Amino acid sequence: MEASELLQLVIAGLKNGSIYALLALGFTIVYAATNVINFAQGEFYMLGGMLAVFAFSGLNVPLVAAVALAVVTVAGIGALFERLAIRPRKDADPMALIIITVGGSLVFASVARHLFGSDALPLPEFTPGPSFVFAGAAIERQTIWIWVIVTATVIGLTLLYNRTRLGRAMRACMENREAARLMGIDTARVVMVSFALAAALGALAGVAVTPLTSTRFDIGAGIAVKGFAAAILGGLGSPLAAVAGGLLLGLIEQAVIPFSSVLKDVVALAVLLLVLFVRPQGLFRRTRKEKV
Amino acid sequence: MLEIDAVFAGYGRVPVLHGVSLRAAPGEMVTLVGANGAGKSTLLKVAAGVLAPQSGRVLLAGEDVTRVPSHRRVGTGIVLVPEGRMLFAGMSVAENLTLGAYLRTGAAARRAVESDRERVFDLFPVLADRLEQPAGTLSGGEQQMLAIGRALMADPKVLLLDEPSLGLAPKVIGEIFSVLDRLRGSGLTMVLVEQDARLALKHADRGYVMRTGEVVLEGSSAELLANDDVRLIYLGAWHGTE
Repeated sequence: MEASELLQLVIAGLKNGSIYALLALGFTIVYAATNVINFAQGEFYMLGGMLAVFAFSGLNVPLVAAVALAVVTVAGIGALFERLAIRPRKDADPMALIIITVGGSLVFASVARHLFGSDALPLPEFTPGPSFVFAGAAIERQTIWIWVIVTATVIGLTLLYNRTRLGRAMRACMENREAARLMGIDTARVVMVSFALAAALGALAGVAVTPLTSTRFDIGAGIAVKGFAAAILGGLGSPLAAVAGGLLLGLIEQAVIPFSSVLKDVVALAVLLLVLFVRPQGLFRRTRKEKV
Repeated sequence: MLEIDAVFAGYGRVPVLHGVSLRAAPGEMVTLVGANGAGKSTLLKVAAGVLAPQSGRVLLAGEDVTRVPSHRRVGTGIVLVPEGRMLFAGMSVAENLTLGAYLRTGAAARRAVESDRERVFDLFPVLADRLEQPAGTLSGGEQQMLAIGRALMADPKVLLLDEPSLGLAPKVIGEIFSVLDRLRGSGLTMVLVEQDARLALKHADRGYVMRTGEVVLEGSSAELLANDDVRLIYLGAWHGTE
């Protein structure tokens, strides 16, 4: 294989991986706050793309505003989902809650089908134009946007977690919810904010990728598996590890393509199983030593 | 300052407390002693709002706070140092202290929080040296100091301490109790749950002896230390003079 082909695969891996990273962040943030795997996470991705298309093509809103509107609306849907479907059963065991999220994802997909139809819907690129060529490999402009979004997200989350009162409260809940309550932190509110944030990140990923792939009511489940695998790879702990898990999964997928392109979609599941069998704490998590 | 009135409470259908009452006057250090499972920690949980009682009341300075949930109870001034410390192990000492003052926001509170932080460092100088270290890497004694320091950052009117000596070396226990003495000297109201009844009664003003969810005896520390039953059952006096 030539160097430029290899580079092209790496670029594709980092592009897909960035999307997985945003999804994995959503899984990780909700898991940290609730110990629940939110399988509706993929639907937030779908809804992000759908609502952006609807706002742009249906309401003739400018693209930037359509993107913002979609992300904000989906964040609201995420908060509402928590309030109406999760909180009333918050004392149930995590398995019941996980089933609720699976049910929620079916509802979201079917409502989207009724509202927006079953066709694939396109969105223009954020900044249309020819691809950049770098060392013989092409980089689509939208790919640059995806990388910008992921980078901005990581910086934003880092600032949120380390510099703000809300972020500190979220970390405290991740560490020890009971102790967080003893500090005066309203943990129910933190859970709701976590769902909203996870939904917004999912929507952002969906919006960013729709110009490349278009969107449809039924794409949520497939991407949820990828995002979940990436989150597990990252260990469901630190947000940075989730991003690393996403990028790594994207690269692994591309590494398989030269041998068999049909195997690409199996990779996420294989990685998921392998990690769960061999290293259930994820690749990056150290087992923390604590003194008593 | 703190008044617990005829509290019945338990976990699920298992009753633990059967009509327990307790009061701590302003500036008083009161201790709860008794065997494992007597309901001492459960009573503290009711006081801190972690566990809602089936009946009975919790009053702070005459105000009924029974229905105030734990995350708002802190704001009223009842602050719990929980059993097992419950630190945020992955976060730094400084962040743990900052979280202790979570509800104290605004420009006016900032100066008070800063002076409370200095006070915590004055009480526990070792914490000032460990500021950036993750709480989980501290020694057991340092962790207990941080747990108390974190609670002090909430500016408590009543400090509830659940087994602060648990698992610590005698020298460290001595350090921690000398700090509790200083806090008592400064007028802080405290309720202390302790397994080691002799230690607790040596430092507290008054004590309550609990057995199977009831207060069976109460009195000044001196009275309880001199009481034959208490000596026999809770102070292990049969090892000494019989």
